[in-house]
Amino acid sequence: MSPAHPLRARAEAEAARLPPLLARAEHLAGAVLLGEHGRRRSGMGDDFWQYRPVQAGDERRHVDWRRSARSDTQFVRQREWQIAQSVMIWVDAAASMRFSSDDALPDKSDRSRVLALAVSILLNRAGERVGLTGTSLPPRRGQAQIARLAEALTQESDEDYGSPDTSGIVAHGRALFLSDFLGDIGGVRDALTSAADRGVQGVLLQVLDPAEEAFPYRGRTIFESVGGTLAHETLKASELRDRYLERLAKRKAELASLADLTGWQYQCHHTSDSAQSALLWLYSAFDAGGMRR
Amino acid sequence: MIIGPVGFTLPWLLIALAALPILWLILRAVPPAPIRRRFPGVALLLGLRDDDSVTDRTPWWLLLLRMLAVAAIIIGLAGPVLNPRAEGEKVQTGPLLILLDASWASARDWPARLSLLEATLAEAGRAARPVALIQLSDPEPPVFRAAEDWRSRLSGLTPAAWEAHRGDLDDVSALLAGSDPYEIRWFSDGLARDGRASLLAVLENHGPVTIIESPAPVIAMTPPAIEDGGVRLTARRSSAGIAREIEVEAHGLDPSGTPRLLATLPLRFEEGETEATGTLLLPAELRARLSRFRIAGQNHAGSVTLTDDSLSRREVALIAARDDREGLQLLSPLHYLEQALVPSADMLDGTLTDILPANPDVIALADVATLAGAEQAALLEWVEAGGMLLRFAGPRLAASDISRTEESPLMPVRLRAGGRTVGGAMSWGEPKTLAPFPENSPFFGLPVPDEVTVSAQVMAQPDPTLAERVIAQLSDGTPLVTRKRIGSGQVILFHVTANAEWSSLPLSGLFVQMLERLAVSSAKALPDLAELTGTTWQPAQVLDGFGTLRDAGTLPGVAGERLITDPLGDDLQPGLYDGADRRFALNVVGAKRVLEPVTWPSDVPVVGLARPAEAPLGGWLLAVSMLLLMADIIASLGLSGRLLPARAALIVSLALLLPADPGLAQQDDKAQLATSEVVLAHVLTGDSTLDNTARAGLRGLGQTLYFRTSVEPADPIGVNLETDELAVYPFLYWPITPDQPIPSDEAYARLNDYLRTGGMILFDTRDANVSGFGASSPNGQKLQRLAAPLDIPPLEPVPGDHVLTRTFYLLQDFPGRHSGRKVWVESAPPDAEMIEGMPFRNLNDNVTPVVIGGNDWASAWAVDERGVPLFPVGRGYTGERQREMAFRFGVNLVMHVLTGNYKSDQVHVPALLDRLGQ
Repeated sequence: MSPAHPLRARAEAEAARLPPLLARAEHLAGAVLLGEHGRRRSGMGDDFWQYRPVQAGDERRHVDWRRSARSDTQFVRQREWQIAQSVMIWVDAAASMRFSSDDALPDKSDRSRVLALAVSILLNRAGERVGLTGTSLPPRRGQAQIARLAEALTQESDEDYGSPDTSGIVAHGRALFLSDFLGDIGGVRDALTSAADRGVQGVLLQVLDPAEEAFPYRGRTIFESVGGTLAHETLKASELRDRYLERLAKRKAELASLADLTGWQYQCHHTSDSAQSALLWLYSAFDAGGMRR
Repeated sequence: MIIGPVGFTLPWLLIALAALPILWLILRAVPPAPIRRRFPGVALLLGLRDDDSVTDRTPWWLLLLRMLAVAAIIIGLAGPVLNPRAEGEKVQTGPLLILLDASWASARDWPARLSLLEATLAEAGRAARPVALIQLSDPEPPVFRAAEDWRSRLSGLTPAAWEAHRGDLDDVSALLAGSDPYEIRWFSDGLARDGRASLLAVLENHGPVTIIESPAPVIAMTPPAIEDGGVRLTARRSSAGIAREIEVEAHGLDPSGTPRLLATLPLRFEEGETEATGTLLLPAELRARLSRFRIAGQNHAGSVTLTDDSLSRREVALIAARDDREGLQLLSPLHYLEQALVPSADMLDGTLTDILPANPDVIALADVATLAGAEQAALLEWVEAGGMLLRFAGPRLAASDISRTEESPLMPVRLRAGGRTVGGAMSWGEPKTLAPFPENSPFFGLPVPDEVTVSAQVMAQPDPTLAERVIAQLSDGTPLVTRKRIGSGQVILFHVTANAEWSSLPLSGLFVQMLERLAVSSAKALPDLAELTGTTWQPAQVLDGFGTLRDAGTLPGVAGERLITDPLGDDLQPGLYDGADRRFALNVVGAKRVLEPVTWPSDVPVVGLARPAEAPLGGWLLAVSMLLLMADIIASLGLSGRLLPARAALIVSLALLLPADPGLAQQDDKAQLATSEVVLAHVLTGDSTLDNTARAGLRGLGQTLYFRTSVEPADPIGVNLETDELAVYPFLYWPITPDQPIPSDEAYARLNDYLRTGGMILFDTRDANVSGFGASSPNGQKLQRLAAPLDIPPLEPVPGDHVLTRTFYLLQDFPGRHSGRKVWVESAPPDAEMIEGMPFRNLNDNVTPVVIGGNDWASAWAVDERGVPLFPVGRGYTGERQREMAFRFGVNLVMHVLTGNYKSDQVHVPALLDRLGQ
């Protein structure tokens, strides 16, 4: 009997965590998708797109006779392009993401999950298939997938800094990596190059806390990573500020150049900013990627 | 151990201060503890080295802060005491005898004396020492009682307006004979007087003597003297010190009879001088009204000197020989004299024999040559007794034989026959002008106008005494005015007529000035001993020790000679004494009194009054150390990065946040509210319970007015006398507590304005008037002190026909929570009489400016917000009846304030109707 209680309690806690995440993500996504619009291009799909005059090479059976009967030329009925993409999302679940410098701010992992889920919802509505990298959740469509995503996103890992997992990414699919990218950059580089090798394009969104951007610390301080594996002691934290910011800027520049090289898009987002703006950027980034294809 | 003014109870603790440098070294070596922070960006920090310049040591100012805190703790624990009692004083036990000079000279710092006395008594009370207290100005046998017993009587101690004289001191010496051991503290007034040394010797038999006196000199006024038309004022001080300027205020009655400050005169004590003199020049009119002089800023009886008849208006009798020339006013020999004297003197008319018994100050004889033998004898007697005979020449005098061959007793010089005429139609030469006045002349210094010419005069025979009798002469050296002293009086002869026939002198301003000089110098001399012997003088007003004139009440009359011979005392208090025909001012400091500081033997310790109280400093130092440690917390937080600048700013700004002063705006609001509606107001006493009661009372009264009358007052307002505008309130309720502050002079000025312009104050002593308005009830005493500076007319208990009894309700008495009888209002004019057939007298035209009672009306009126009475009144139904009566009184009062004597006028309606023939 006794183990059931913790299990049940944990389950309850997990379950309690899930709906808010989902709800917030839905809310965020709902704000973006006011007035859905299609891909504005012809392709495979169910919805009518346009009539166009028959060109050489069109098969007869494609002619829409009902439309053609009303005029002298013959028309072909085109449907809107509705081919589904596979978008693989990787959200850094490492300990470093569970940090926020102020009680009023969400921690980074929370913001990344909300963003990831909101993007998933948007993509799902747009007919794309969404999944998580790795083998746990392959890309699928539908509302059930969103629920599964929400559940999978709540998982946390103990390591201090995460590195992107590229396994399971469908070739020529799309990918979204959400992390603070403060750990070893080698993992990111490997992931991006291997993804690029497979024709995968995507988006890097660096989620940072404002404190990480501003470094407002002074005095004698021992800085520890969230997981506790790394520590650094200084006698005068304010002296470190400039050099820290220099390194941070270098890291960002590295990420940006890496994204450029591999045809990815890179953006930095702060938890103090509105999630909406980040979501809009993400959405447009994916949309643009779609257009490019 | 004592360092400067600070002593330590545990001095050995101060050794710990030596450990401070060690602490400094230790603290200096220990850097502030690190703060542990979670920070994901640490991955980027790895490998970054601190600059060498970064110190890991505590900054010096933080160290200093901590050192100061620790030092403050150490010193604070060592028990520092500011102004510690000397060790010798501590050991005194056993009985304590306190001697108070309690003279007028101690009144100057009486509050300081009282507070020191109270501290002394408190100290004695703690040590359970019995205390006896003797006032030297009113000696009594010493009675040793508990100190607490004396403390309760302290407020009743007042300084006497006199000082202990030799006899008093000897009495005390006799009372204290023996050698019972006790400690003596002598509160001295600092003035030397006989008998102090012998008393001190007696005291030293008993035990140690400590003298307590203020080193500040005593400054006193001596009686004014008339000199050359001015009032000569002299102030003396007890010790010659640095130069000092004082201001003497001359008080008197203004033409309407109100006491006012009439003039001020600065006097200057030069360095090293003990006397300052000055002359106050005042118009004779004004001078005659002076009643007292006072040194500004000194509040003891010696700083006040009273004037009696010596400055008052003189009586002048004018007698001319020619009364037959009716209708030629400008030719009348007395016309110019009258014109010159009327503003400053009282005129007596009549014949010489009628006038002499009235004993005028001056008799002017204009061209009167011969006098009947009896008249001459009586006149001579009058002159010898101090009268001043002013004679003018004229045709009759010139033609007569008086003082021709031998000097007449009533003429200053012998005259040549016929006189002379110069510059006339039938003579050679020009009319003569006046020579400047010689230095020994009473006219010395008066400007001589050129237009004054003399065309005829009587000539003096050159006699050996002539030169000294001339006080004015013509430019050719012939005498114009001569003077002879007879007894204590004098005869003055103007060698010209009193009209403009012989000279233009009576037409000039010089004539008035000369008369003034002469007439002033003829002011009444002080009566001498012989004159006073056998007379009885009744005290009219007496001075108290603080120099305030009070009604003498039932003090017995005093034998005349004692006024001069006896020292002042309980039975001969300084003040104004009424005699048969004049008034005598008995001043505290006589003209000859020299103030000398007392010199005590060198072995007697003398301490000042301003001995600061023993103040333990330990608590303060510990508090300071706590504050320093608090500051250290903030500084350490800041230093270690735990204190964000925004937060620090918030803390500091919170700490410094001061409430804004809403006073002015509030005052405006109050005044605005009070002008837009009728507002009943009460004076804020500073006692919140009392103020709330007054407010609730006025609220209850306002509700009653609202329901029953057409007066609809707004919510009552508490008025701060110091800051608020009073003119907007028709009515002020002023409850009295013994401990409310006395308003400032400005506030009193505004209160007086308020009363003069129709405001009314209801004073409520709230003690049911148990003691009348005598001195024994504390509230009554406070009321007296509060109301003393107010311009309050004479009062009387509300008469049965006062308009207050019928402005709205018909009332017989005016109960509040108590039902004391007497309620005082402005008294009716003395000539108010009951008109035949009218039920009421025609009383005052105005609203009475004050109503004074003790019935605690506010408590009877007080209701809470729902209209429920707050305080019980009486018992049962009668109590409610009494409350109803209290409300009715309040209604009547407010009606009286708002409608004045309207109800008085109603009385006349039948009479008016009758006159109109209806």
